[in-house]
Formats: sequence, structure tokens, C-alpha cells
Amino acid sequence: MKTDIILCGVGGQGILSIATIIGEAAMNENLYIKQAEVHGMSQRGGDVQSNLRISSDPIASDLIAKGSADVIISMEPMEALRYLPYLSKEGWVITSSAPFVNIPNYPDIEDIKAELSKLPHVIAIDIEQIAKDNQVPRSANVILLGAAQKALGLDYATLENAIRSVFGRKGEAVVEANIKALALGKAAQK
Amino acid sequence: MKKLLLGDEAIALGAIDAGLSGVYAYPGTPSTEITEYIQGNTLAKERGIHSRWCTNEKTAMEAALGMSFMGKRALVCMKHVGMNVCADPFVNSAMTGVNGGVVVLVADDPSMHSSQDEQDSRFYGKFAMIPTFEPSNQQEAYDMMEAAFDYSEQQCLPVLMRVTTRMAHSRAVVEVKEKARPENGMNYNSVAANWVLLPANARKRNDKVTAQQIQLEEDAAKSKYNSLSPALPKGKGEKCPLGIIASGIAYNYVQESLKTLALQENGQEVPILKISQYPLPKRLVRDLLNSCEKVMVVEEGQPFIEEQVRGVFDSQNILGRLTGQLPRTGELTPDNVAAALSNAGVIAPLATREVQGVSPLVVARPPQLCQGCGHRDVYTALNEVLKEYENPRVFGDIGCYTLGFLPPYKAIHSCVDMGASITIAKGASDAGQWPAVAIIGDSTFTHSGMTGLLDAVNEKANITVIISDNLTTAMTGGQDSAGTNKFEAICLGLGVEPEHLHVVVPLPKNMPEITRIIREEINYKGVSVIIPQRECIQTFKRKAKERKLKD
Repeated sequence: MKTDIILCGVGGQGILSIATIIGEAAMNENLYIKQAEVHGMSQRGGDVQSNLRISSDPIASDLIAKGSADVIISMEPMEALRYLPYLSKEGWVITSSAPFVNIPNYPDIEDIKAELSKLPHVIAIDIEQIAKDNQVPRSANVILLGAAQKALGLDYATLENAIRSVFGRKGEAVVEANIKALALGKAAQK
Repeated sequence: MKKLLLGDEAIALGAIDAGLSGVYAYPGTPSTEITEYIQGNTLAKERGIHSRWCTNEKTAMEAALGMSFMGKRALVCMKHVGMNVCADPFVNSAMTGVNGGVVVLVADDPSMHSSQDEQDSRFYGKFAMIPTFEPSNQQEAYDMMEAAFDYSEQQCLPVLMRVTTRMAHSRAVVEVKEKARPENGMNYNSVAANWVLLPANARKRNDKVTAQQIQLEEDAAKSKYNSLSPALPKGKGEKCPLGIIASGIAYNYVQESLKTLALQENGQEVPILKISQYPLPKRLVRDLLNSCEKVMVVEEGQPFIEEQVRGVFDSQNILGRLTGQLPRTGELTPDNVAAALSNAGVIAPLATREVQGVSPLVVARPPQLCQGCGHRDVYTALNEVLKEYENPRVFGDIGCYTLGFLPPYKAIHSCVDMGASITIAKGASDAGQWPAVAIIGDSTFTHSGMTGLLDAVNEKANITVIISDNLTTAMTGGQDSAGTNKFEAICLGLGVEPEHLHVVVPLPKNMPEITRIIREEINYKGVSVIIPQRECIQTFKRKAKERKLKD
């Protein structure tokens, strides 16, 4: 088993907490993990990405080579497009469909949606809206994770357990909200 | 016991488990998380391991030497440019030698993700005659920390450990020890004749350390962290067409390329000399060179090994960054390493992997000052006033507020190194520039700005200094700032006139007051200091969240 994942979004959107949950799940499955993160200046509202690799065999490189990522998980639709050179031909894109506009020259969102829909395997969902509609406003990123479950090649229960251990110290209410969010994402899978 | 650790965290835990008594550091990407991990570690708290932030890298290195003088183990952490600040004690620490082990951890930032240059700290190790370790993965980083402390005490020299961004900021599962080694006890074994670097003493030490280099290189040749695999054929058979020297994290990209793009038809193995301990073991390099037609050097950073291997004869059989097979600047990636190996014919052509182009819709999203950040109000006020002058110049510094260069503010004209805003403004003023404004953050001011302000005060330079105080070291994630609540006292102590020292609160509602003060102080012929003071919006939010979690 080998899954190479690009997590991306805008600084502050919480891509590292998705990475933490996947990392926890992979460790519990005794998989090898490498995860290169971005810290520092780019976190201030700029584009951010993390390379996460999980595998049943030892992993050499901390970074993913172009054309070889199995999944892009993006908190923002234009950011999903930014990393397409890294995606393998049959790779999946799991992305939020809601744009995060903090630059004056943000492209037309309809053009972005059209570009995304050309890809063979895409799930684009409005995670912010789903989160609000279902009273889990702080767990939009976990909805995205749920939608990526199959593409990640990890069992649903494994992710659920990882959420319990990652959010455990924040109390039962936070754990339950995130488990609900994970289920909402799972339901959005094709 | 297995743990999922960031490279920086593996280094930190490795140090704690090696019997560390103190970490001394100033925050700097990508090294910050080492000290933060020690600050949060339970055993470190129980043992009372020193972990409070230092004012700068020089004070950090010197305090570590003090800890070592008394027999205990100390770790110094910094980013690569911090090494320039602590170069004086670092280079001289080879002359004093150590008593308790000292490891100086430097995190280089090739490709300059958060830095001003791409300097390679391995040159510092060679220059100072200090042995250097360079781990290639998180497990090695953890294990090497104890080896480095042991080696430091064995050789009575500090050890430089060099990592790069992708090592520091990448996570992997690390097997860690169940039980930490005890700390060293205090002792009085340090000999004054070694530590008092009077010329007569230092000459003796210089001879000794210079002579020691032969042993250090032999140790590197035998080190388990340096290896040649597969083993070279003993006989005088045919030479391999290509051998590889790979150091640190570059070793992983070589392995990745050989694994994923192996030539199916020809299973021939490529000899790789992995280097993770310096001085460069010439014996191992010669063995490789003697059995290969050509050798490619793959290293993260500047061509440190490559230059040594090419030597003055500029051997044409050595390939790498200097010959264009690998990019001359910037980080290595699995892609540029694979391209180099593919062009050299040892792996499959890269064309076998389909790569999509970048969509023309994608535009750059540069970082920016946060909404609600006080620096924003400072720049708004400053720009408002400065448009009244013909040729104002604003000299910036290192921190979040460097982003004031970008639109919408476009407010600063220089940013060179920690503290340079004040001294460059002074030099510009000496040359006749007016208005000459310096803008510097609170933590940067105490790091390296205070001495420059004293120069300016002593000469009554015609400059206006803005210390934009957000009560934290914000850029690196909100660490304590050494001068919090002391800035007025510091400025007065340095001789700033009380009537030209102002503290303001940078909020839109205070704009009239702030612009009036800036205008008056620019027109004053002498040193003025204005301190806009308001907590960083990120630390403010974090503290509010923590309070909520407690309730």
C-alpha cells in the first residue's frame, strides 16, 4: 500500500490538522509515514502545502515527485489547481468548492470549477456550507477528510479512531462534532 | 517506543534523552520547533532543563559554553543566518574546547522559504575546524544527537549539526529510547589555560586542534553514518560508469529516484557514498573515485563537497551543481535529482512519467500582514505622513513587518539583517538623507538593534526610529520577546531624550495622534523613537482560545 498526498490551502485554513489525523491513523496501522510541512513566512495568508506520504514499505524522499501524487486534498479550489503538476494521471482531487479571496486578481470561480471538472476523479464540495448546515462549523476540514477516505486507502474506522485520539484532550463534544463531520464527508464520496 | 516526530522534534528529544542540561536559542525558521519541544517536554520540566529563549544567537552560544565549562551538556539552536551572529563565540569555541558536550544545531534554509540568503553552514564547521554531523532522516537525527554529545566530550570540541528545511520540517516515525541518560553532574575540570584565550594560550590550543583534524577525518571515515554501498569490487575489474556521493537529505532523493525509476533491463547497482559526518573522509571519496568513471555529487545547499572533490585540478569527471547537472542554487527535489540521474543514464528517462501543466488560471498568493495586525496601522500612518516629503526613505528589518514592502503599503526600502534598520538609517542620514526612518520589531530590536541605537544617540543622528512592538516574536509563531515592557527604559537608558520618546497604540481611531507624532519627530533634528505598542493579533487570539478551553 502506498498513498502520496498533497494537502493544500491558504495559511490558517487548518491543513496541518488534517495531516495530523491522517498521520495518527497511518501510525496506528503500522504504516511508514513522511510528512513535509511548511512553517514560517508563507503561513501569513499565502498559499501553503504539505506533502504527506504513507506506505507499507519504507519511504525514502520527504517530498513527492511531479506526476506521482495519488490525492490532492485542498481547502480551496484554486489552490487545488496549483498542484496539478504533482498529481498522477489517475489521481484524485478532493477540494472545497468555496473560494478564499484575499488577493485582488482572484480568477472567475466558474472558470476554476470548469477546469476542475475536466479532471477524471474530482470531489468538489462546499465544506463550509455543509459544516454550517449541520452545526459543526469548526470541522469543515474534517468533512473534506471524510470525502477523501476511499482515495486515501484507509479504513473509515481507522480515521474515526484517529479523530478520537487527536481531539480527545479537547473533550467529548469536540470529538463528536468531528466524527459527525467525517461521516458527512464520507457521504459525499462517489 | 515509537513516536511520530518532526525532524526538529526528533533532534530535541534526542538531546533530552542524551542528558541535556540546557538549550539556548533565538527563534528562527526552520529551527524554532526544537526549543519549543523542549519547553513543552515533561521530563525537561522535571529535570529543570534550561529552555528559555535567549536575546540572540551570540548570547545563546556563550551561555552554552558556560554550561559546558561547568561540565554539563548544552545545545545551541539557530537558523543559518543566526550562525553569522554567533560566529565569534562559535569559532572561538574550537579554541577553548569544551568540558560538557556542546552541540550547535544549525538549520539551513535552501530556496530561502523564510530567509535572506542560502548560506551553507558546513563551511562554518570546516572554517572553525569543528566536526560536523548532517543527518539524512529523522531517526538518524534522533540517534545522532547522543552520538554528537558523546563525540563532543571525547574530542573536547563542540559538534556542529547541520540540517536543512526539509529535514527540520518533515515528520516521520522515530524509535526512541524508553529512558533518558542522566544529566552530567557539575565539575571543575575546565582548565583556565584553555579557556583564557590570551595569544600565548590560544596558540597552543590552535596547534592542538589543527593537529586533531587528522583524527577527526579518520573518525569520519570509520563513522557508521558514512557508508559506501553496495561495497565496491575488490578486484581490478571494469569501473562503474557512475558513482554517487550524497549527503544529508539529498541521500533520500537519490534513493527515491533509484527505486521508482530503476532501469528494468539492467539491474546494475549504483555505488553510493553517503556522507553524514565531516571532515569529508577523503579516503572513502578516493575509493569511490578509483572504481567509477564519473562521480556525481548530490548535496543540499552549496557545492561544499563538490568543490573539495573537484579540487584545484577541476576534475572533469565530477558532476553536480557546478557542472549544471543539478541546479546551481535552490533546494534539491526528487524531480531535479531524478532528472540529473536520468540524464546520466543510471535511471529510466523521466519522460516515462506524465506530468500535467500548470493551469493558466492559477495566480500567486503572496503572504500578507494579518487582518487586525498593528503593523498595518503603523504603515498606514507612516505612509500618510511620508507622502508630504519629497524623498523619504524607510529602512526596514526582519520580521512580519518586512511584508510592508508588498502592496498595498510598499513602505520600506531596505531589509538586510537583524537590527540593520537603525544603523542603515543612520548611515543614510550621515550621507545627507532626510527623512530617514527605521522600522524594527520589538524582538529584533533587543536581538541586534540596541547597539545601533546607541551609535545613533551618541552622534545625535537625524533619524526617526519606530519600534513596532507587538509584545512577541511573531514571525516564528509567537515566542516570548526579550524586551517586553522594557522598551521605554531601554531607550532612555541608551540616551534617547524623554521628550522624543513616544508610546502609541496603533489602532485606526488613534490615527490623528500617531500621524501628528510621526510628523513632529521627523522634523526634529536628532534621534526620535516612537513605540507603537499593541499585542500581535495571532497571540491575542491564541490566548483567548486557551482561556476559553480552561473555562
